[in-house]
Amino acid sequence: MFKSDSIERIGEKKKHWEENVLSKVPARKPTFTTLSGIPIDHIHTPEDIQDLDYERDLGFPGEYPFTRGAYAPMNRSRPWTIRQVVGVGTARETNERHKFVMKTGQTGMSNDFDVPTCIGLDSDHPLAEGEVGRVGVAIDSMADMETLYDGIPLEGTSHSFTINHPTLPILSMFLGLAEKQGVPFSTLRGTTQNDPLKECFAMKMFSFPPKSSVKLLVDTWEFASKHLPKWNITNINGYPTRDSGGTVYHELGLTFAGAINYFDEALKRGIDVDVIAPGISMMWYVHMDFLEEVAKFRAARRIWARIMKERYGAKTKKSCMLRMHAQTGGGAYTYQQPENNIVRGTIGGMAAALGGVQSMAIACYDEALSIPSEKAHRLSIRTQQVICHESGIADVVDPFAGSYYMEWLTNEVEARSWEVIQDIEDRGGLAAAVDSGYVDKLLTQQAYSYSKAVENKERVVVGVNEFVSEEEDEEPEIFRVTEATEREQLANLKKLKETRNNGDVRRTLDDLRRAADKNDNVTPFCLEAAKVYATEGEIMQVLRDVYGEFKPPSVV
Amino acid sequence: MPNSRPIRVLLAKPGLDGHDLGVKMVALALKDAGMEVIYMGMRQTPEGIVKACIQEDADILGLSNLSASLIPMGKRVIDLIKEKKMDVPVIYGGTILNEDKTKLLDMGITATFSPGTMMKDIIQTIRELVPKEKLQ
Repeated sequence: MFKSDSIERIGEKKKHWEENVLSKVPARKPTFTTLSGIPIDHIHTPEDIQDLDYERDLGFPGEYPFTRGAYAPMNRSRPWTIRQVVGVGTARETNERHKFVMKTGQTGMSNDFDVPTCIGLDSDHPLAEGEVGRVGVAIDSMADMETLYDGIPLEGTSHSFTINHPTLPILSMFLGLAEKQGVPFSTLRGTTQNDPLKECFAMKMFSFPPKSSVKLLVDTWEFASKHLPKWNITNINGYPTRDSGGTVYHELGLTFAGAINYFDEALKRGIDVDVIAPGISMMWYVHMDFLEEVAKFRAARRIWARIMKERYGAKTKKSCMLRMHAQTGGGAYTYQQPENNIVRGTIGGMAAALGGVQSMAIACYDEALSIPSEKAHRLSIRTQQVICHESGIADVVDPFAGSYYMEWLTNEVEARSWEVIQDIEDRGGLAAAVDSGYVDKLLTQQAYSYSKAVENKERVVVGVNEFVSEEEDEEPEIFRVTEATEREQLANLKKLKETRNNGDVRRTLDDLRRAADKNDNVTPFCLEAAKVYATEGEIMQVLRDVYGEFKPPSVV
Repeated sequence: MPNSRPIRVLLAKPGLDGHDLGVKMVALALKDAGMEVIYMGMRQTPEGIVKACIQEDADILGLSNLSASLIPMGKRVIDLIKEKKMDVPVIYGGTILNEDKTKLLDMGITATFSPGTMMKDIIQTIRELVPKEKLQ
């Protein structure tokens, strides 16, 4: 993009400026880095991006390599989807909360599940005590799915399920409900997170060992490639990797390494990359380094495009075009002075919008304390609306393109991410690297160095290690799930087990076990079991019996 | 003090909560501070934790839980500790709000740590809780 003699001249002048002008005033610290520890210069110039080729590296929005955006018009056509996470208590309570947020202006439905559901245990499991309906909705069977969707149309809305290892039973319950209502599978729009590997090393709501979890994931991909044309079968999620201590390039590198693991196995099964790739999207964390985050979103689209085209030989534009969801980081929020988190969420939301995401959630300001109150929910939605309709950000596409710093940082984040991808590849792929404890150890060490940097004030966190309030913080109004929720759920489950046709349940679970033993695709068998109200825990137990249970290696 | 042995800390996550980053970092920080640390891992039952506490002869039991089961799980551990008449201070880290803190201290938890706590404060609390004579 620049003439080589002018680059040389700029280099000389910069050196002169550094020695004669800049050096006169001391910097406030000896070195500066991004939040991820990438060293940064005082200013960046054409020198830093002298090899940048506009058409090769940036292109136009909606065109390879999609650095500037997944779609041509981006927010000028349809603004990003406001997708705040909802999920609390019983299916009945969550159904009410869904109706509330949709009235406030939410345009997509997102379901979070309680811990037992995420792990694949029924509400009446002994280890589930105290957790039922606490941090998300409890779904034990298709009966709960019917309650969750009471009065909410399945068609015309997109439905997102934050479910991973138990994707098979939960998706089956949703599909069973659609079948019961006569809604064709081909019309269903939505997303299952269905990204099992990061559960084993970051999110920690695992059930199956890493390699088995990939087998079961490929079962769902195979099913979706035939029957669910509008469904995003997997949303590969980098959020927990970042929240577990990873830098921006671990977030990208490990997440793409997971994607590679999934695609390698799927292609071995004969799934066509151009059939499945358009249904895969990604989710990212938004941390506090605003410019680094914008660079990350841009780099992510370019890495995806290159993996799809160069590694898998994808032929269609839709396969190479990465669609992304972002959520402002819960770990970037502080427990102290919680209202400061409203500001953090705004900065994160702006970074995500400038990075060109297709949907976003701004974590509620009370997230560090509890699951969100209605007031906190409304504020997050309003923040997105202010960014979208008042700030001007939604009216121009990728405005940072061409900035020396932004382009240099985008390149730097990309290069470091490829190094992580290669490192994992050298260790036999992500499933193997997780099994050995390598990934967990890497993230823990990274998190520990960050915590030391906060402790010795190399990193300032407002209200935590600097600008601390004298008096004790006033806690905001907190939303609490009552114990009545757990009792209600247990009563429902007990009643279900008494009233369903238990003969049908046994028969379908036996069929599932036989299919699993033969290592067939188990998806159709899970669907049959879900339709006769086999519980999540029952379906998962059959799968655990056959595919094993993950015991994480010790890392400290 | 000469010939004193290091403080033995048993750390565990009771219940199903998967947020294990905090407890792992505490484990590393306590090791760096010269303590002996046994981290049992996540998805532990209260019964298993108390049994390990006896077997390992721990000076301090540290629990971690960032989910809403922190009160019921804390109570089950404390009840067992009392039942077995054990003399082990129990400390608890997690998303502990003011009202939770009161409940936990009332039931017999010795100290609680909320998010954002500095490691040096946890280390200091543990050192104050274990009598020097015990380490001879």
